[in-house]
Amino acid sequence: MLGKLTWAAIPYDQPIPMAAALLVVLGIAGTLALVTAKGWWPYIWREWITSVDHKRIGVMYLLLGLAMLVRGFIDAIMMRSQLAIAAGGAQGYLPPEHYDQIFSAHGTIMIFFVAMPFVIGLMNVVLPLQLGIRDVAFPVLNSVSLWLTAAGVLLVNLSLVVGEFARTGWLAYPPLSELAYSPGVGVDYYLWALQISGVGTLLTGINFTTTILKLRAPGMGYGQMPIFCWTALASSLLIVAAFPILTATFAMLLLDRYLGFHFFTNDLGGNAMMYVNLIWAWGHPEVYILILPAFGVFSEVIATFSGKALFGYRSMVIATLAICVLSFMVWLHHFFTMGAGADVNSFFGIMTMIIAVPTGVKVFNWLFTLYGGRIRFNVPIYWALGFMVTFVIGGMTGVLMAVPPADFVLHNSLFLVAHFHNVIIGGVLFGAFAGYNYWFPKAFGFTLDERLGKAVFWCWFIGFYLAFMPLYALGLMGATRRMQHYADTGWQPLMLVALAGALVILAGLVLTIVQLVVSIRTRERRRDLTGDPWDGRTLEWSTSSPPPPWNFARLPQVQGIDAYWQVKRGGKGPTAESTESGYEAISVPRPSATGFVTAFFAVIMGFALIWHIWWMAVAGLAGIVSTALVHAWRVDGEIEIPVETLAAVERARPEAGATT
Amino acid sequence: MSALEATGTPEFLTDDDVPDSRRGPAARRDFVAFGFWLFLLSDVVIFATLFAGYAVLSGQTAGGPAGVQLFDRGKVLLETACLLTSTLTCGLCALSCVQRSTAATYVWGAVTFLLGTSFIALELTEFARLIAQGAGPTRSAFLSAFFALVGTHGLHVTLGLGWLLVMMAQVATLGFRPMIIRRFLCFSLFWHTLDIVWIGVFTIVYLGAR
Repeated sequence: MLGKLTWAAIPYDQPIPMAAALLVVLGIAGTLALVTAKGWWPYIWREWITSVDHKRIGVMYLLLGLAMLVRGFIDAIMMRSQLAIAAGGAQGYLPPEHYDQIFSAHGTIMIFFVAMPFVIGLMNVVLPLQLGIRDVAFPVLNSVSLWLTAAGVLLVNLSLVVGEFARTGWLAYPPLSELAYSPGVGVDYYLWALQISGVGTLLTGINFTTTILKLRAPGMGYGQMPIFCWTALASSLLIVAAFPILTATFAMLLLDRYLGFHFFTNDLGGNAMMYVNLIWAWGHPEVYILILPAFGVFSEVIATFSGKALFGYRSMVIATLAICVLSFMVWLHHFFTMGAGADVNSFFGIMTMIIAVPTGVKVFNWLFTLYGGRIRFNVPIYWALGFMVTFVIGGMTGVLMAVPPADFVLHNSLFLVAHFHNVIIGGVLFGAFAGYNYWFPKAFGFTLDERLGKAVFWCWFIGFYLAFMPLYALGLMGATRRMQHYADTGWQPLMLVALAGALVILAGLVLTIVQLVVSIRTRERRRDLTGDPWDGRTLEWSTSSPPPPWNFARLPQVQGIDAYWQVKRGGKGPTAESTESGYEAISVPRPSATGFVTAFFAVIMGFALIWHIWWMAVAGLAGIVSTALVHAWRVDGEIEIPVETLAAVERARPEAGATT
Repeated sequence: MSALEATGTPEFLTDDDVPDSRRGPAARRDFVAFGFWLFLLSDVVIFATLFAGYAVLSGQTAGGPAGVQLFDRGKVLLETACLLTSTLTCGLCALSCVQRSTAATYVWGAVTFLLGTSFIALELTEFARLIAQGAGPTRSAFLSAFFALVGTHGLHVTLGLGWLLVMMAQVATLGFRPMIIRRFLCFSLFWHTLDIVWIGVFTIVYLGAR
């Protein structure tokens, strides 16, 4: 009746997961009780859960990412504290089977459920505004994407309490992840959570590519698009091209595990090396899916706070697309040690060095944009400057490992761990924080606290160096990744420094939440009525903050790059009269529960498949199909906003754009 | 109201010197079809991955039967004929839909459905025969890759048949409104794509069997 699921699935005997689960359950119950007591459900259902407004969806993505950042960070600090004490004969407080789950969950969560939601959330909030349009191409699909991602998050976190998570590392290499060596449900949790959220990500990629290529304000050709849109386009194209590889590869592993196929098994001709190749054919583009939008954020931030047009717009676009293409030609550098031979390794080593060239072009463009600019030191530029220093170091250690002979020494060491944290924290996460501080006033109509924002930056910046520079040294000393304890007590001092760094980052994480709470409480003082708090350059700053659901009462007409800046500097100030004749009625999509309900059934189906509860899996699938059918017969998907409403909203808005 | 906003006259957009890319948001039928193309491309990448897997594993028979001993090329040719003909009838069905001809849409839709069902029936018979011979997907890596590739294509065709039924029901209940015609054209694209993939399967898997 319930497949493999019994009461024994709940780890009563392990205090750490049980305490964590208790805390989460109490937190969720408390939130639900508060929402119920305050009577907020109708509001939350109407305005958020069923919303198909790209700005709301973006905010929910960012919240999801922030919550999962806390979860992933708890995993991180457990690992750091374990390694700080488990030296010599000491075994620390985490047994190996638990430690293995923690590093697997940490990697999976940080990439799929922190970095991806941050990047996709920012793209959601910003893209249509920068393009000067009213919504993404497929608003309901956008909601489906969000909730499928949330479904994946739910399944991963469920594994904490019901059953176990994978012990295979974040990419679940076979044959370890095959049924013979991982008979439990851990790998199944991993696979189904990522399959479900992967569908959501793929739909996002299709949605954004269509939006950018087909829906731009009149006058905005490709050469007038803001750089963030270009990087988002490159990232979306990579999603469309790379995520299907992940889906197909996971499907093969699932067939091995569920139906006894032999794709990656040790026996009957299976080939585990094929999995490693396929997973990195997705995995390397994935790191560019994450970093390219971050590059876009920094480009916008650096231009805005330097008060200058971005240096080398065209070279920036070319570099972005060059990276987009080259990212598919370097995957093998993740496993030089597999033994593909000297010629193959040389090719991929050289390609890896080549891909650093367009990245270098970008760094010089940012430097030259700063050069001669009158730089305003607000929080976003702190992150941008911190990024440039940190990312260049991370990039150089990457090029170092692109040399195959060096990689044979450094492979699977803590040097590698330090390298990819250097580029992901220093690149993606710093970019997410820069974008969060930069666009927060656009999304909510008030700015974030600057003083706390700078404190957050310094904690992350210093904490990062304290936590990861020791790992470079430890890697060179021979420390490998994914080890639960070590014999050489000589490593312990550096491990303690790394723990101290993690604690400084913890302070940064706490301050992030403090900054948000303080800013919300003092929002009346920090209201931005102009819609343009930073003297911005691109179209998102030309509308009010927060923008109306339709973004622009009339679509802006674009004359060149930095469309809004040109208007502000062109002396063509706003005219006073606002006649109703200038507007046309707009259709906006109606809220839809399709996304939420689909994801609800997807969770049921995923959970049932993990635990082999076949009737429930069929029920979940039937639910998804029924939801799609109900949606297919919906004919009144749009609401018309009358001209009078548009005119009234525009009149109520304090005049912006007059700032000089 | 600022200088940024378009004023009533769209001379900007009617000027022939303005390239398409600068003429503002595309019409819905254009971007819906474009989005669906992107989806199909992503689907093709899934098949590409399965083809790659097949290419790597096709020699790994682990002492079991190889393709040339197993496949009945005559039957597969019949399968192919069914599917390729159904692409013609699917095209005629989509044309009837664009012309808002209800009767022709139903007739060509029914023929497409029958041909698609015959294809699936033939494929399932082949699968059943192989499994009965002890050449199921668990026998060797080669057979795993074969069943996954051909089975995924078959699954797509089956989903397409379901979609076709839904489209028929949509035409019957909602009539030929723009939304329905857009979906019909997407379905037609989907069906043609499955044909192209099948040509790859037929060539590489069946004709290329060693």
